[in-house]
Amino acid sequence: MSILVYIENREGKFHKGAFELVSYAARIAKDTNTTVVALSIGEITKEEMSRAGTYGASKVITVNVPRLTALDNAAYTSVIEQAVSLEAATVVVLASGFTGKAIAPRLSARLKAGLVPAAVTVPVSYNPFVIRKKTFNGKALAEIQVNTAIKIITLNPNSFGLHEMPVSSEIVEFQPAFSERDFGTKVLSTDKQVGKVLLTEADIVVSGGRGMKGPENWGPIEELAGLLGAATSCSRPVADEGWRSHTEHVGQTGKVIAPILYFALGISGAIQHVAGVSSSKVIVAVNKDPEAPIFSVADYGIVGDVQKVLPELIDAVKAFKANA
Amino acid sequence: MKILVCISNVPDTTTKIKLSADSKSVDTSGIQWVINPWDELALTRALELKETTGGAIEKVTVATVGTAEVEPTLRKALAIGADDAFRVDINPQDAYQVAAELTGLIKANPYDIILCGIESSDYNGSAVGGMLAELLGIASVSSVSSLSVVNGEVQLTREIDGGKETMVSSLPFTAIVQKGISLEPRIPSMRGIMTARAKPLQVVPSFGTESLTLISGFKLPAPKAACHIVDGENVKDLIRLLHEEAKVI
Ligand SMILES: Cc1cc2nc3c(=O)[nH]c(=O)nc-3n(C[C@H](O)[C@H](O)[C@H](O)COP(=O)(O)OP(=O)(O)OC[C@H]3O[C@@H](n4cnc5c(N)ncnc54)[C@H](O)[C@@H]3O)c2cc1C
Ligand SMILES: Nc1ncnc2c1ncn2[C@@H]1O[C@H](COP(=O)(O)O)[C@@H](O)[C@H]1O
Repeated sequence: MSILVYIENREGKFHKGAFELVSYAARIAKDTNTTVVALSIGEITKEEMSRAGTYGASKVITVNVPRLTALDNAAYTSVIEQAVSLEAATVVVLASGFTGKAIAPRLSARLKAGLVPAAVTVPVSYNPFVIRKKTFNGKALAEIQVNTAIKIITLNPNSFGLHEMPVSSEIVEFQPAFSERDFGTKVLSTDKQVGKVLLTEADIVVSGGRGMKGPENWGPIEELAGLLGAATSCSRPVADEGWRSHTEHVGQTGKVIAPILYFALGISGAIQHVAGVSSSKVIVAVNKDPEAPIFSVADYGIVGDVQKVLPELIDAVKAFKANA
Repeated sequence: MKILVCISNVPDTTTKIKLSADSKSVDTSGIQWVINPWDELALTRALELKETTGGAIEKVTVATVGTAEVEPTLRKALAIGADDAFRVDINPQDAYQVAAELTGLIKANPYDIILCGIESSDYNGSAVGGMLAELLGIASVSSVSSLSVVNGEVQLTREIDGGKETMVSSLPFTAIVQKGISLEPRIPSMRGIMTARAKPLQVVPSFGTESLTLISGFKLPAPKAACHIVDGENVKDLIRLLHEEAKVI
């Protein structure tokens, strides 16, 4: 028996999200008296792999096959399926991100294993196996009961956190078998920015709305984000107006994010916007209108002109960092 | 080529969610039901393709798994422009059961391109599309932000972490679509609404599938504490609170 956790490596590195998943799996392993096996696909060093041990993975399986350089949903499903049977996994954990959403449903159907997508808690009970997830864009939580022998969970980012639990971990290479049916898709070209903080994974996000008045006013937003190691995002009209790239648009029809800290600057807080950011741990709003709906979801707020507040915010962060 | 668009019937986003007295279900009284926004965009794109590819797309069908109450949503999809519709008559318990029922339907009526939304705005599962592809034994591409048919070949773009990829897929396949697939959903025209009444909407009995999970209950999120308003003349205080009280920086 084991808990299998699929962790992504990006350009050979594990990110915080990967370790959060291992921490989460370790907690389930502890509760159920078993161990954590982490699975990584792609080229990665032994040192990087052993970092998974810091968070409780007593075994790390690495698969390094050139055909898996690009994600093919069916092929990746086959790899994880083989690891599940090799390790007699009873629970499989993936991130509720691009890759997890692509693979977990296929894996669930292949193994006839019940899926809890976008979970926000550890199991609230093990017998029956019940986990909470958000539904109706965060307006209600549902308790999902899984009745199958194998359970699959995708975890919402930043919903469990990092918990160190050092164990010595064994590293093993694995050569999966494929059938031709596994590779139905082909990537012709990739256009990818590396080295930037990913919006969907950032701990801190600085977001601007129409109250920023125009694209020329985004300099301070970039500056604040730079100081905080944050990603930048925007409301939908800002992307629609072409002030910012559509990849930054968050909300019901854009990206759904769950940072630890979200700055809403000149954003009214319409329900469709909040649908994409309500899982943020802490929301800070700056808006000149004290009645703006954003203040009913924000934890901290400043009522004022963002053009005036933002430079002061930047100075305050600089001063804070100088003292830290 | 034939396109199938899978349609999920969901409460409008602005709906306030109330629970039943025993918290076992959602109180559906007063809910305004709509086509899941992603499915509406998928349907719009399918119709655009049919109109602009000179006969490459023969037909656009819509299908939903649900009881008779979801039929107005399916009629709306016909009014927007779908050629015909299927409803599989069962109240599904989870995404797997939806996918299994759709699999039964698609095995009897094959399609080349199957479109699903990235997630339904009720249970936020992001699951049906991938499960369906797996049960049919076909390829799936997720996070699809553009789909076109050029000289009979399907080309796709998918959004990946930090960028995008241009792809091709073997046929048939399932595209799980998201932002970008089309810009604005099509609204039914008066003529569309009139002709929708005469379009075929076939009700198919359940294929006798099972579910893998169930919802044992709901909870409403704890009410949020009031916003702590910091004096605009003292922005430093905000940073101090974020550090000392909220511990997020
Ligand atoms: C089907 C549908 C889907 C949608 N999906 C999304 C989505 O995914 N994401 C999204 O964001 N929106 C979405 N919307 C749009 C949404 O309803 C709002 O219109 C939008 O979020 C408003 O953006 P905003 O807050 O930037 O602009 P506005 O509503 O114009 O608000 C600007 C705010 O800035 C404040 N302000 C103005 N000047 C200043 C100043 N100098 N200093 C400080 N504050 C100032 C104002 O008080 C106001 O609160 C959707 C709408 C629909 C119908
Ligand atoms: N009851 C249903 N009938 C038909 N298609 C559905 C149904 N539920 C979900 N889907 C499809 O699956 C997508 C993802 O839904 P979900 O997995 O529930 O988040 C939706 O956008 C629809 O395309």
